[in-house]
Amino acid sequence: MNNRILKEKFVGKIMLILVIFSGVLILIMGIALYIKARPILAVKPFWELMFSLSWHPLRGEFGFLPFIMGTLWVTGIAVIIAIPFSILSAIYLSEYASKFVREWTKPLVDLLAGIPSVVYGIWGVLVIVPLIKNHIAPFFGTFSTGYSVLSAGIVLSIMVFPIIIHISLEVFNSVSNGMKEASLALGATKWQTVKYVVIRKAMPGVIAAIVLGLSRAFGETMAVLMVAGNVAKIPSSALDPGYPLPALIANNYGEMLSIPLYDSALMLASLVLLLVVLFFNIISRIVLIRVEKSTQ
Amino acid sequence: MELKTHISVQNLNVFYGNEQALKNISIDIPDKKITAIIGPSGCGKTTLLKSFNRLINTIDEVKVSGKVFVDGENIFEKKADVNRIRKKMGLLSQKPYPLPMSIFDNVAYGPRIHGMNDKKKLSAIVEKYLIEANLWDELKDRLHSPASKLSVGQQQRLCLARGLAVEPEIILGDEPTSALDPRSSKHIEERFLALKNDYTVIIVTHILRQAKRLADYVVFLYLGELIEHGPAKEIFENPQMEMTKEYIKGVIS
Amino acid sequence: MNRNKIEETIFKILMINSTIIILIILLLILLTIILKGLPAMDWSMISQTPKGGYYLGKEGGILNAIIGSLYLAGGATILAFIISLPIVLYFKVYAKKNSKIVMFTRFSLDVLWGVPSIVYGAFGFTIMLYFGLKASLLGGIITVSLLILPIMTRAMDETIKMIPIELLEASYSLGANRIETAFKVVVRQALPGILTAILISFGRGIGDAASVMFTAGFTDNIPTSLLDPVATLPLAIFFQLNTPFPEVQERAYASAFILTVIILIISIVSRFLIKKYTKYIIK
Repeated sequence: MNNRILKEKFVGKIMLILVIFSGVLILIMGIALYIKARPILAVKPFWELMFSLSWHPLRGEFGFLPFIMGTLWVTGIAVIIAIPFSILSAIYLSEYASKFVREWTKPLVDLLAGIPSVVYGIWGVLVIVPLIKNHIAPFFGTFSTGYSVLSAGIVLSIMVFPIIIHISLEVFNSVSNGMKEASLALGATKWQTVKYVVIRKAMPGVIAAIVLGLSRAFGETMAVLMVAGNVAKIPSSALDPGYPLPALIANNYGEMLSIPLYDSALMLASLVLLLVVLFFNIISRIVLIRVEKSTQ
Repeated sequence: MELKTHISVQNLNVFYGNEQALKNISIDIPDKKITAIIGPSGCGKTTLLKSFNRLINTIDEVKVSGKVFVDGENIFEKKADVNRIRKKMGLLSQKPYPLPMSIFDNVAYGPRIHGMNDKKKLSAIVEKYLIEANLWDELKDRLHSPASKLSVGQQQRLCLARGLAVEPEIILGDEPTSALDPRSSKHIEERFLALKNDYTVIIVTHILRQAKRLADYVVFLYLGELIEHGPAKEIFENPQMEMTKEYIKGVIS
Repeated sequence: MNRNKIEETIFKILMINSTIIILIILLLILLTIILKGLPAMDWSMISQTPKGGYYLGKEGGILNAIIGSLYLAGGATILAFIISLPIVLYFKVYAKKNSKIVMFTRFSLDVLWGVPSIVYGAFGFTIMLYFGLKASLLGGIITVSLLILPIMTRAMDETIKMIPIELLEASYSLGANRIETAFKVVVRQALPGILTAILISFGRGIGDAASVMFTAGFTDNIPTSLLDPVATLPLAIFFQLNTPFPEVQERAYASAFILTVIILIISIVSRFLIKKYTKYIIK
């Protein structure tokens, strides 16, 4: 009997240790990357690294600006494309679609989320890159290899559709029926109810969903690496190649240990990615928790 | 007592999927009286109420057959204008659902939806109906704060004002006092008694004493069937059906 | 009044079209992979490891990557399961209601879910350097297990949360203690949900490339120990596509086809489990 109680206590302690471990894992990650990034921060101040254009690892020059701009270009394009499509479909699926359509569409959207990023990359190379090279660039009277921030943005936008749709659907569903009925009972049409009540009520949650999608696009690596072109210059148009931060890290892990400070620079890049994504995620998660609480 | 019919229900059947929620209901609801729909929970009271303004049609997989005449017009007819029908009826639900906007905008929501944009007229409307719902004195200084900040009792009266602002003929109440404290409940009940001179009031309630206090006419439902209906006095003092007697005595609940 | 109707119609058309376009894109992706991948498939792709000069277009297949991915994702799933099951059981059985630790950990896991896999890769690499570990199956397993930990934990948590508290109370009133209740009642009740969580995590693990780049290495051989480097399907696809030889690039399409088929099977099976599970919790 005593043995049983001891065992129960012991198992509880082990469980608690694992809970605490998973709770602080994100801190451990941040600290580990910071320790690795310290050597380069000791040589050059953070802001100088971030705003310098010159990237010559062999000469010890690590300017991140081209990569940061590359990331901003692809993320920006992805979000601009993703917002209208995913919000409109989310409204359709939650407010207008029949039960049949809803039940068939949701798993398909989730399937889109399950496709590995390397497959998106291949698809981008096979479909989007030629499309831009042969049709879109000539249409604007310029030349592009097709490997561009626009290609990366398009592929990324498709990758964030399911995230934005999934979370916005949950947010729209959390708008109570009673509130919709109150509006309908006043003689409002369905559309007026959607426009003035549902969207208004869901707005904070929908913005949180968009931010979560944005942060996914921000850190996505493989697909971007495969279609963005990877030229370390600030893109001057959407048809130019770019070199986003995650692609930089992924492309250079092989040689980074042979050049001084290179590994530290790449770890700093990872740390920056982590911090930016953390910032976005923490804010949107807090908003989503508020949304959930306000409907209970 | 002399009764003029306002809503006439004929052979109404409602199915949720395969489950029949209302079985062949036929009744006449009198004009400018308070009608109480009573019965144990799950007996179809709310379903019947929501059939009157066709909110029932917003539910997935619902099937409706039969006719409901409001002012002589069958509202379940294909070409019936749902929005105009709903505008004729104000709804108070079990819990108050203020819309996600200010107090002023809540009351002005209906008139605006129906095309009223004149600021002065809107202010006048808001004032008039907040007075009618007995809220004006409490709220006149903070009309532009969010409605969700009000107490539950105030929210329910705000919902009443919001419903009245579209100038309905009928007020539907779905257990409108069930989420309220006794004082707020009393407030709402007093409003109903005052309103019945100008409006037809229909409330669903499972509180027998409330029905006795308010109702002129009573409809008793049990498991989707209409058991008995008639003037309140007759139903409460001399029910004809065994089931009604038992319910009123509190044997079944 | 009429304007409102027109507006609604326009938006409805836009909404329906958006949904259709998204579904068409999904179809287009699958179709592209099938049409490009299937013709490049042959039996040697999945039955052989790369022979000398494979990446120049010579004989061989990607059995090393298929087996490697299964080992790696399998190992990572098992490791993540060993960590996450006790966590969710703690949430349900041991923790007090509204416990601060539980709320914090749930939040932290949700945030972890959003961390890009390349960051996990960099972190895994750092840890491995610290312990003097080379790029290997073990390194890959540890990194990927951290990557799928938040997914698996939160997915299991969501289903275990649904178990009514009365069921636990019934178990306690029969004299069972908390471990017995956790493993005999909670786990059994949530089994389909737990299996689904495992499958989803496995699918995520097998498809990820950025986290294993630094940590698992790449090799033409099938690993024989945890300390051997290991090839993975996503990286094999990436490397084959990056060669200048069209016939090797076609093998990348075939490899992508194989990976997509694996993912599709996983997603169909887990969908099936979810269906079964929701039927089961209705009462």
